[in-house]
Amino acid sequence: MRRIRTVTSRVQETPSTVTLRFFDDLPAAPGQFVMLWVPGDDELPMSLSFCEGERGVTVKSMGATSAHITRLQEGDKIGVRGPYGNQFDVAPRHILLVGGGSGTAVLAPAAEALVRGGGELTVALGATTGPELLFAERLRPLADAVHLATDDGSEGYHGFVTDVVTRLITMQSFDAVWTCGPEVMMSKVEAAASRVGVPVWCSVERHMKCAVGICDACALGPFHVCQDGPVFPGATLRRLEEFAHSHRDPSGRKLPFGSPPPTTLPPSS
Amino acid sequence: MADLRTRVGALELRSPLLLASGIWGESGVSLRRAYDAGAGAVVSKSIGSEPRDGYPNPTIEEYGSWGLLNAMGLPNPGMVAYRGELAAARQGGAVVIGSIFGHDASEFRTLALAMAETGVAALELNLSCPHAEGLGSEIGGDPTLVTEITRAVKEAVPLPVWAKITPNAADPAALAVAAVAGGADAITAINTVRAMAIDVDLQRPVLTHGLGGLSGPAVKPIGLAVVWQIYERVQIPIVGVGGISTVDDALQYLLAGASAVQIGTAITHGGAGLFSTLNAGISHRLDELKIPSVTALIGAAHRGTQSV
Ligand SMILES: Cc1cc2nc3c(=O)[nH]c(=O)nc-3n(C[C@H](O)[C@H](O)[C@H](O)COP(=O)(O)O)c2cc1C
Ligand code: FES
Repeated sequence: MRRIRTVTSRVQETPSTVTLRFFDDLPAAPGQFVMLWVPGDDELPMSLSFCEGERGVTVKSMGATSAHITRLQEGDKIGVRGPYGNQFDVAPRHILLVGGGSGTAVLAPAAEALVRGGGELTVALGATTGPELLFAERLRPLADAVHLATDDGSEGYHGFVTDVVTRLITMQSFDAVWTCGPEVMMSKVEAAASRVGVPVWCSVERHMKCAVGICDACALGPFHVCQDGPVFPGATLRRLEEFAHSHRDPSGRKLPFGSPPPTTLPPSS
Repeated sequence: MADLRTRVGALELRSPLLLASGIWGESGVSLRRAYDAGAGAVVSKSIGSEPRDGYPNPTIEEYGSWGLLNAMGLPNPGMVAYRGELAAARQGGAVVIGSIFGHDASEFRTLALAMAETGVAALELNLSCPHAEGLGSEIGGDPTLVTEITRAVKEAVPLPVWAKITPNAADPAALAVAAVAGGADAITAINTVRAMAIDVDLQRPVLTHGLGGLSGPAVKPIGLAVVWQIYERVQIPIVGVGGISTVDDALQYLLAGASAVQIGTAITHGGAGLFSTLNAGISHRLDELKIPSVTALIGAAHRGTQSV
């Protein structure tokens, strides 16, 4: 059911990423998402970056609506429905968390639940540049080590976080990997982990409209990301030709990752 | 074991349960998944000439067990791009009905020709989407246009043509009569019922488009009445749709006069498995009622009643 909530706090996490908190009482688990509506603008799926107490989303300014969300202030009203989707299994074991850019948002509450339940955590985060590394300080007290990588070398390893992961996964033993970030990154993480027999769980993102498994906007192979996901086993994703290759625009056309959106006629032509 | 087979005109179906248009229709793989789960056929998303994004979100409002309000705005990738999805759907042998929408008879005709080339088993004309300017029920509410569009499509393609009509008219059955005049092979009824949601905190409509269409259990009694009235007025088969989620819902539509039924909103809770569950349930229920086949039920509730 949709409800209107008031933004109770706003934190600028990185130059491009903002956390908004709001009060909500529906149970939510790490991995799940809500449909966040900015009245007068669009409604977007947003993973919960805080699942307990005051709920929160951590949003990166990408398109017009996400940019609008990052400009919201304390006291502004937002519409929320959900939470939807499945969750990370936080049963105690040793997890390697691999976050790319704002993808770390959905992994952080899972990491907190894991460690609280007695699990062990190692973290690898990547970003374009140092100031864009998300939640490094939030995760540091939970993890035995936090490895950082930046494309420009301004902090940590100079290069992709996937290089760090490829090395870590052969040196240390992990029970599973959790990852969220650009799909090409996740598929490289999956490949590295599967070579050493470590299962991977990926949180994937697709365009969404209904969030209740009916409109097919979020179709990914035989799955609907809104209902069957957003957390999928890497071994399942690996077999789908779309994974790390294409997604669908709001009209349903398949687009390769990284291509500019084609122009479309207005809805009421 | 009761016989689940039925037919809509010349088209033979292994089950009377079909997937409704606009549900799981963006991807061919999703359509195939519904067919593989036991649907008698699957209806494609309504496809137009050009790609359309549809309306911005919110496009959906949920009403729990009653159903859903939607104003998707006919999003679709356009006929050219959709061919690949239809090919994927038909790969495993799925029986696909191609749904199309246009602004006028000539656009419907062009789309029908393109859709026919993809190997679909029949065409469904969307004359009934309640929330798109110049499309759907805005033209489908006019009996003259219904006849004209149906005739243009019938003259162009050798396929069975199903006219999907709107319940948002004073006399929906008159629209079915108009489709028959244009040569329709079957009537699909109903599309969603015009509806809206307003938020009190914000004092504004919830859906970006304002008006939308209601579907799910809340509309079943409306759909039943429309199918009932159409059955009394036309001789061609009817495909019933609106709020079906249980075995008895489906049987009620058959009794009202439908030869087959479509399922939409119930998929949100039941997933593809709903088709196999309901197929088994119908078979069991017919055995219990000592009725040998689905076809024996079609229109049976009309026997011995006065025209309503
Ligand atoms: C999200 C959604 C999208 C729909 N899209 C279409 C469409 O593209 N074409 C069409 O003819 N009907 C469309 N419909 C209407 C359904 O096919 C069906 O007629 C209606 O929902 C009633 O059936 P139900 O109660 O089982 O959902 C749509 C319905 C929903 C809920
Ligand atoms: S968003 Fe509609 S099916 Fe997932």
